[in-house]
Amino acid sequence: MTNSWTDIGVSDCILVMGSNVAENHPVAMKWILRAQAKGAKLINVDPRFTRTSAHADIYAALRSGTDIAFLGGLIKYILDKELIQRDYVVHYTNAAFVVNPKYDFQDGLFSGYNSEKRSYDRSSWTFEYDEKGIPKKDPTLQHERCIYQLLKKHYNRYDLDAVSNITGTPKGDLLKVYEAIAATGKADKVCTMLYAMGWTQHTVGTQNIRAATIVQLLLGNVGLAGGGVNALRGESNVQGITDQALLFHIIPGYNPAPRASDVSLQKYNEKNTPKTADPTSVNWWGNRPKYITSFLKSMYGDSATKDNDFSYQWLPKLDDGQNASWMFMFDQMMKETFSGFICLGMNPACSGPNSNHTRTALSKLDWMVDIDIFENETGSFWMGPGMDPKKVKTEVFLLPAAMYVEKEGSITDSGRMMQWRNKASDPVGNSKTDGQILHELYMKVKALYEKDKGAFPDPILKIKWDYAADKKVDFHKVAKEINGYFVEDIAEHPVDKKAYKKGTQVPSFVLLLADGRTSCGNWIYAGCYTEAGNMMARRDKTPIATANIFPNWGFAWPVNRRILYSRASVDLQGNPLDAKRAVIKWDAIAKRWVGDVPDGPAPPMGIEGGRLPFIMKSDGVGSIFGPGLADGPFPEHYEPLECPIDKNPMSSQQINPVIALFNEYASTTCDPRYPFVATTYRVTEHWQTGLMTRYLSWMNETEPQMFTEISEELASLRGIKNGESVLVSSPRGKVEAVAMVTKRWKPFKIAGHIVHQIGLPWCYGWLVPKDGGDSANLLTPTIGDANTAIPEFKSFLVNIEKLPAKKSAKSAVKGR
Amino acid sequence: MKGVTRREFLKISGVAVAGLTLASQLGFDLAPVQAYAAELRIKGAKETTTVCCYCSVGCGQIVHTVKGKVINIEGDPDQPTSEGSLCAKGAGAYELVNNSKRLTKVMYRAPNSAKWEAKSWDWALNQIAKRIKKSRDKSFKEKNTQGQIVNRCEGIAGIGSCHINNEEGWLYQKFLRSLGLVYIEMEARL
Repeated sequence: MTNSWTDIGVSDCILVMGSNVAENHPVAMKWILRAQAKGAKLINVDPRFTRTSAHADIYAALRSGTDIAFLGGLIKYILDKELIQRDYVVHYTNAAFVVNPKYDFQDGLFSGYNSEKRSYDRSSWTFEYDEKGIPKKDPTLQHERCIYQLLKKHYNRYDLDAVSNITGTPKGDLLKVYEAIAATGKADKVCTMLYAMGWTQHTVGTQNIRAATIVQLLLGNVGLAGGGVNALRGESNVQGITDQALLFHIIPGYNPAPRASDVSLQKYNEKNTPKTADPTSVNWWGNRPKYITSFLKSMYGDSATKDNDFSYQWLPKLDDGQNASWMFMFDQMMKETFSGFICLGMNPACSGPNSNHTRTALSKLDWMVDIDIFENETGSFWMGPGMDPKKVKTEVFLLPAAMYVEKEGSITDSGRMMQWRNKASDPVGNSKTDGQILHELYMKVKALYEKDKGAFPDPILKIKWDYAADKKVDFHKVAKEINGYFVEDIAEHPVDKKAYKKGTQVPSFVLLLADGRTSCGNWIYAGCYTEAGNMMARRDKTPIATANIFPNWGFAWPVNRRILYSRASVDLQGNPLDAKRAVIKWDAIAKRWVGDVPDGPAPPMGIEGGRLPFIMKSDGVGSIFGPGLADGPFPEHYEPLECPIDKNPMSSQQINPVIALFNEYASTTCDPRYPFVATTYRVTEHWQTGLMTRYLSWMNETEPQMFTEISEELASLRGIKNGESVLVSSPRGKVEAVAMVTKRWKPFKIAGHIVHQIGLPWCYGWLVPKDGGDSANLLTPTIGDANTAIPEFKSFLVNIEKLPAKKSAKSAVKGR
Repeated sequence: MKGVTRREFLKISGVAVAGLTLASQLGFDLAPVQAYAAELRIKGAKETTTVCCYCSVGCGQIVHTVKGKVINIEGDPDQPTSEGSLCAKGAGAYELVNNSKRLTKVMYRAPNSAKWEAKSWDWALNQIAKRIKKSRDKSFKEKNTQGQIVNRCEGIAGIGSCHINNEEGWLYQKFLRSLGLVYIEMEARL
């Protein structure tokens, strides 16, 4: 999230699209309802009328996978009616930049496409530069190749008829939504956008969010209290663990994972450290080398020295272009690339796409370690449906993990705020905390390598691992490692000219150094555990009332900044664009900012020494034209891999032209055997694959079994009555479910045809509860986003048929 | 009966013991009775604050323990986001913690076996460490086909988790990267 949960409470307009916040983040709904009580409009756009829709002032339905068409129409509406917040757009975004004359867009393809490689040469997605190397700008926004004009041209095709034809949204509903959001393009009005998996789980997921970002930048809603683009993340610490980089493509703090061609630390830094010729751009990533060296020091301690490139070569390297993300991992597992698999607190047998594929892949392993609080469908896959244990060779070690109340440590909420968990009780039985298990396992592996060296033992033997006094991991010690400290005495620090003692915690990442004199496990967390103590455990509720944020409760990264890019919330003199919602303000006399922690201490743009607001972008401004993505600088509508119409109404490119296609790829577009669009989602009472709720009688009582929601129209078409058992099938699998016939689904009119969509929760599994049903992911395809490779769970094709009466479940569910 | 203080309630209920019915004193509003009952349950319990384990709203929870046993989990009214509220899952966290189905022993499934066997930690961790070493030594690549240094273990993949604390997550990435893994993934990809 750019903003925080509580900050939603001060918004004028809340677009919830690609999220069902009332169902999946119920307590956050409080802040939406409070904003609404003060006059804010809640707008909900969703294929299905959900619990969130029930609270909405405006609800609009759209077919799954058509968000870019919907938002593209909004961009056109804003531009046609000239409702942009002009000063913001001119000064704080790249709208005025003049683009390379070689840039082009024709019939669904941007310039530079290579159909064999299914990728773009992005060299034309650049700007025209002046003699200093700074992008040329036309502040009047009239230049025919300025981004504003290219944006206009690009979205001119997204008129109401074209959009409605793709999304199935009635034109009147489109207009209601567009009008309400576009009305916030004024300095004293603000709109926030809340999204979740409904935007990410598509082959155009990243571009869905880009489209929202463009709207928010045009309306001047980023950086403001009650504004921003806010990902409602799904799990208690998914933000924190993303920050800690348990992902293939990054190392902690959003630094790229090293590649084979990054042959030295210097090469790595050269490639990954952006430069700017613009003296008004902060270009914060220019500091990257400091964070990398400090990270290497936290990994390898005294073994990391200037002479050995701070042990840079001990970090494993991916090949250039190698994708080791989820779907590729299970593809490789199926091909027997891995003999071993460590699965900690996850249930891939139910959570990944095409569960049958995943479950079969697990049988190709020699061994698996499954660390969890309950027995789960992954560790027990060998006794699952269709498996013959005698034929499954995989050895499984199932290790009992402690519960969250049985340990201490920090977790990071969706608003980047870390809070400290205190330990209430000891782990039950023989269970141990995950951290303790990892520690003991590491010690065992290390002992083996000490005894018999084996392959490349240095990183195992010499890694810094001194967190367990008395054999128990001290999580405070790890937290301090993540925060970082000075490795040696510093007589005069080059940044603040102060002296620091060896072993002192760094107060902020501003003081990290690239020469090995600082250690820091994750630069964005610097400041969380300082000499002043554990900042994550703070419980002071004093607010900044205008933004409804609580800067002394816990600690938010970076540097306790609660609202990102707030330098864009002020005019060129540093006065809040909207005084009643001030986040920061420039005190011209004291020459400093007051309010939330700003993005750097430099003055606002209109004062000497002023700096641009978007400090993480090398050009300092918000990207309306985004040249960094794999699939284009502007979002463009492509159909989902599996879609109910045989031609993309927007162009000759049916699907996102750069998505990776897997072996199982077999588009079922317009396959008469699978005529209905399906989507998956969660329910309040079950969580994710359900492993942490399906063992709870209280939750099973309310949501006892797999169901599918279908419209009355589809029910009548297929002769299905509410509560009857049905079979939902795709080319990949079949799932039995109880039909829930509801008015919440309505057929869509798409490209002249009637299209039915159904929905299924993905929170069940064969293991528990008995007869609860299996995972909806038995149906979902292995295909994902062009940038993130997040699978397209939200739009695929299925068939639905009534099961014979004898198979009908005993307990029918109520229509609701 | 709104506005009855605890002291007044106790007075009235004390009278009830002497022969008067509670209903005649209190009417039919059971709210104070319920409040009293709830208080009894956690009376004298130790309070520990934590953060809910389900979604990312980060709702505060108070865990009540008596002699080290969790007896109640409820919303933390001081936490500014949740102000004491919890959803159905968070409010049901007591049953998550105190659950007879929780794993309390190390279990092992041998190749081609149809059953779990209970094992000791020491045995299991020794066995796992041996397998990690074997898989790693067999699949370790110092250089790729182009002769570039890659120093990676290609034969093991590691995933998870978003349920663990930051400190555990950081240790886990450190452990996996010290082994040389590049296939490292978790829920954020899904």
